Amino acid sequence: MNLFVVMKRTFDTEEKIVIDDGRVAEESAEFIINPYDEYAVEEAVQLKEQHGGEVTVVTIGDEEAEKELRTALAMGADKAVLINTEEDLEDGDAYTTAKALAEFFKDKEADLILAGNVAIDEGSGQVGPRLAEFLDIPAITTITNLEVDGSQVLIERDVEGDIEKIEATLPLLVTAQQGLNEPRYPSLPGIMKAKKKPLEELELDDLDLDGEEIEAKTKTVEVFLPPEKEAGRVLEGEIGAQVQELVSLLQKEAKVI
Amino acid sequence: MDFNLGEEIEFLKKNVRDFVQTEVEAVAMDIEKENHIPDRIIEMSKEMGLFGLSIPEEYGGLGIGMVGKCALYEEIGATHNGYTTLIGAHTGIGTVGIVELGNEEQKQKYLPKLASGESIGAFALTEPSAGSNATNLKTTAVKQGDRYILNGTKHYITNATEADVFTVMAVTDASKGAKGITSFIVEKDFPGFQVGAIEPKMGLHGSHSAEIIMEDCEVPVENVLGEEGQGYVNALKILANGRAGLAARNLGSCQKLLDLSMEYVQEREQFGVPIIEHQAVAHMVSEMAVEIEALRSFTYRIAWMVDEGQKVIKEAAMLKLYGSEVYNRVADKAVQVHGGIGYISDFPIERFFRDARITRIYEGTSEIQKNIISGQLKKEYS
Repeated sequence: MNLFVVMKRTFDTEEKIVIDDGRVAEESAEFIINPYDEYAVEEAVQLKEQHGGEVTVVTIGDEEAEKELRTALAMGADKAVLINTEEDLEDGDAYTTAKALAEFFKDKEADLILAGNVAIDEGSGQVGPRLAEFLDIPAITTITNLEVDGSQVLIERDVEGDIEKIEATLPLLVTAQQGLNEPRYPSLPGIMKAKKKPLEELELDDLDLDGEEIEAKTKTVEVFLPPEKEAGRVLEGEIGAQVQELVSLLQKEAKVI
Repeated sequence: MDFNLGEEIEFLKKNVRDFVQTEVEAVAMDIEKENHIPDRIIEMSKEMGLFGLSIPEEYGGLGIGMVGKCALYEEIGATHNGYTTLIGAHTGIGTVGIVELGNEEQKQKYLPKLASGESIGAFALTEPSAGSNATNLKTTAVKQGDRYILNGTKHYITNATEADVFTVMAVTDASKGAKGITSFIVEKDFPGFQVGAIEPKMGLHGSHSAEIIMEDCEVPVENVLGEEGQGYVNALKILANGRAGLAARNLGSCQKLLDLSMEYVQEREQFGVPIIEHQAVAHMVSEMAVEIEALRSFTYRIAWMVDEGQKVIKEAAMLKLYGSEVYNRVADKAVQVHGGIGYISDFPIERFFRDARITRIYEGTSEIQKNIISGQLKKEYS
């Protein structure tokens, strides 16, 4: 199988995040493979182990993203491609990413493209479906199980807690939901071997694109942190009075009932 | 002078840290209570390649130098010390004998399985009447045709219950003293080999030490490790090789204790302020941090000397001594800054405190290290 994974380097939301001048400060952030993309990498590697073939991981970003690509190679991917937009692009959005990826995929004859269901940084959840649209192949999002039999694919997807079962045929794009698998830790020998695996670097020029063609369709107006969680309130007095106070607070202050 | 570990080692280190701090830390309290490391954790550790740290790449290991090994040991030390010991004893004294002294056939036969963790390694020197004085061994090995017949009992053997392959020291010629000791590779399935009862201990839960009993145990002649009569020198080499790694593991435990302590002293309030605002507490964490920094510099410097091929008998003994003593002092201060909670078994501090104590004893006591150091000093100044 000719397997591709599109992945993103994101800051780790489990770690401390600092906003500096309207952006997440990179110096103080920890960076990881977007966790949903990690499921996609794991699934691709498992499919290769079952059915044979080759896994290529692709990302758009700057040179720093090589680290995350190397991690994916250490997990078992065979090749990596970095589409480096550092010099050609200020800011992108889901359109920018999907458009550049579509150019890349034009001549790739991918059987299956796997992506994360959503990136934990900007959370648009659009890149996968947009890319499938550009490539004119079906897309199935938030999948939790996948079985390939020849060109037939059986998929289970998460629909707000229920499971939807879908049959599809290759070529296909899927996006991974939590529960699809448990991503492996890259093995230490795997990391050593990853050094020797090919990591190709492309610029927009190599894809016959320029910055203007893929300019973002949206504009980020403001970036801010969620309000800090305040201490809870403990109600006191008679139980009856407490209940009344609680109901009134829920109505007037929290406005939830 | 370049004090950077380099991108590759940093990357390996980060991946080990992620694994250890996510998976092993999550079950550390269970390991302690049940005196058992979950099979899942051991399997994952094998898949990560942690059992092959000391083994060259051509035999399926990682093939990194001592600096790299120490960087990874530091991470492996920053969690439950029973887990640390299972891996450390295997990758240290349990496998380096065959790596350093084995012939090509022995390496081909044993190292790939030791690297993958399919086989577990252990080192058997200590006996009821021979510990620090390794020349007092009572286990005998008598050559009969194409095999040696081993008789004797070893005790306090780390990994004895898990191990498949033991590096065993036995007396082949009692008239020659230290020069009459030979080292053997003994498999647990050799006839006459038996593992005795587990010896319960103060700490290192989950890592099991036990007796091994050899009664007319048959070992093929091709399993002599190194030359006959070289066993004592071999044992010293194997132990010396392990010393930098041991210090690195202690360093990791110390760093973990400082991390836990810094979190606690900034949260815990007494007299209306976080306790780090009290000078007595502030000074204790400062002293911990200074000693840890000194140990870190010391560890990597000696590891670097090993990689440069320099002789480090004295320095490795100094480092083993210093690393163990620092770990004990840091653990003691960590209990003190935590106060009551540092003494309660539901929290990890008291566990580290108990686990620290063995480091001044095993793989050569602190006192034996001082003997080695002064012996080397006498040579230098004569």
